[in-house]
Amino acid sequence: MTSSATTSGFETSASESRRSATDTHAVICRGVTKDYGQGETRVRALSGIDLEVDYGCMTLLVGPSGCGKTTLISIMAGLLDPTAGDVILLGESRARLRGRRLVKFRAENIGFVFQQYNLLPSLTAAENVAVPLIIRGRSRAQAVKKAAEILDAVGMGEKTGSYPSQLSGGQQQRIAIARALVNDPRLLVCDEPTAALDARSGRNVMELLKKTTVHPDRAVIVVTHDNRVFDFGDRIVTMSDGKIDNKIDNATGPMPHHNPP
Amino acid sequence: MNWLAWKMLTGDAAKYLGIVFGVAFGSLLIAQQSSIFVGLMRRTSSQILDVTEADIWVMDEAQQNIDEIRPMPETRLHQVRGVNGVEWAVRLYKGLVRCRTTDGNFRQSILIGVDDTSLVGAPRKMLQGDVSDLRRPDGVIIDAAGYHQLFPGQPVEIGRTLDMNDRRAVVVGICEVTPPFQTFPVIYTRYSQATLFIPAERNTLSFVLAKARPGVSISDLCGRIRIATGLKAMSWDDFFWFNVKYYLTHTGIPVNFGITVALGFIVGAAIAGQTFYLFTLENLKQFGSLKAMGVDNLHLVGMILFQAAAVGIMGFGIGIGLAASFFEFMELSGQADLRGMYVPWQVIVITGAAVTLIVTVASLLSLRKVLILEPAMVFK
Repeated sequence: MTSSATTSGFETSASESRRSATDTHAVICRGVTKDYGQGETRVRALSGIDLEVDYGCMTLLVGPSGCGKTTLISIMAGLLDPTAGDVILLGESRARLRGRRLVKFRAENIGFVFQQYNLLPSLTAAENVAVPLIIRGRSRAQAVKKAAEILDAVGMGEKTGSYPSQLSGGQQQRIAIARALVNDPRLLVCDEPTAALDARSGRNVMELLKKTTVHPDRAVIVVTHDNRVFDFGDRIVTMSDGKIDNKIDNATGPMPHHNPP
Repeated sequence: MNWLAWKMLTGDAAKYLGIVFGVAFGSLLIAQQSSIFVGLMRRTSSQILDVTEADIWVMDEAQQNIDEIRPMPETRLHQVRGVNGVEWAVRLYKGLVRCRTTDGNFRQSILIGVDDTSLVGAPRKMLQGDVSDLRRPDGVIIDAAGYHQLFPGQPVEIGRTLDMNDRRAVVVGICEVTPPFQTFPVIYTRYSQATLFIPAERNTLSFVLAKARPGVSISDLCGRIRIATGLKAMSWDDFFWFNVKYYLTHTGIPVNFGITVALGFIVGAAIAGQTFYLFTLENLKQFGSLKAMGVDNLHLVGMILFQAAAVGIMGFGIGIGLAASFFEFMELSGQADLRGMYVPWQVIVITGAAVTLIVTVASLLSLRKVLILEPAMVFK
């Protein structure tokens, strides 16, 4: 099969240059394929994806609904297993990350920003931001103190005691960004962070993401089909039908003009 | 993580209270109905519980309970007294008698005739008068609840007169007794006096109450009495359970209460289970986020079990509290039908076990949902 050939080919070449590759690439995908279902009901969501996500830049993953963006970031974030292919995630082979080790790895290295924010409604802004630290075993008092500092950094220092229901969509997304950053992750995965926001709030959130998250030791992947925010990406990866169509560096190539469905 | 579980649980007050209500309702129904059942069963043996001086009850061999009595000839008393190991043995009469007051009011009553000399079997707790007043001519002692039935709305005072079998009886004392099963007044008198208050019968000896000599095994003595007299002899404890067993097997009471208790369990489990399951379903996105952020299944299971335990403890506490308050209120209000009933510790333990089962079932459904949850669903 093409994917397995690609995988073995990757392993051979990667063994020689892995050190240098993993120094610059936070995520490396080689021949990644993902199928849902079995037999006649099998659906191929991703087909032989080759992709590198670099440290220090914001990679936008764009494309129409159903093109496989969500499946791809789920695999890159260690939430889903590929059917075939290989993924090197922050220097670790994804195939070797299993069970509790994978869960711990995610807790220590990956931050998430969700389309619907997924804040816990019964927690204050500071408590929500503190959750990842509490998961890692920090005391509540320490975690909330650290959370307040991060909230300050994202311009929400005055809202530490507010509940999500008391905040606007843009403010909630800022809280979600603070929550994703509180662990100082090496990979930040954002799923449609502006989809539930109006144009102005969307730009504000993207500006915040660009300003506070992009860091030489961190890679940021943003899934979006909102073409109003394409100019924030350092790299735009366009997908359709489970394949990558285009990889454009923002400084060098023309921006894709994709209309949301 | 327990803090997070608690915050998630109490975040939606309506749902949280709904789950607690379900558990509390089940707990209340189970505890209250079981307690009434236990109380009723105790009442069937109230006269056995009230006689504390004797170790052994002796009765006709064919007797099946304390209420259906086949009177024995007086000579049986002497036979029992003659058995080796018996310290003393006395007569006891127990029967039903129609009791009439001077204003024409009448009540079926339980008549207890105690030994003329020793007064063994007489009430232990006197509210007015003294047990020794039974020795006065025509003297009877009535239990307080029975007094109110015979003399409704009248002040509680001794000296009133009654009529039983066309013979005058004078109330010389008011006592407190373990409430009887039939809620009739309980009237104590001397054995010789009791035989005058009832229609003429050839034999009147209902029971022989016996005391074992110090150091003599009660069960051995019961065996010796059985062999020597051909009568049925039991320790008071055995007689209590013998009597309760009769009512358990010959009446519909356990089935009736069993159905109510089962309904309490099912309804409580249904309300708590369904609400808890819905609560988990509505929080699936949050559980998914936690999974994505690095909470493993073990901790998620711990969170759900903590939530289940929290609502279980709260619901159980409220249910038991309400059941206990119900009986306390009934006692204070003077309600005769339920007086003397309470929530025994055994019922509390059983209710606790039932509540544990309810919240376990409720959380199992939720656990399954969370355990099979793919963390990638947070992106959907």
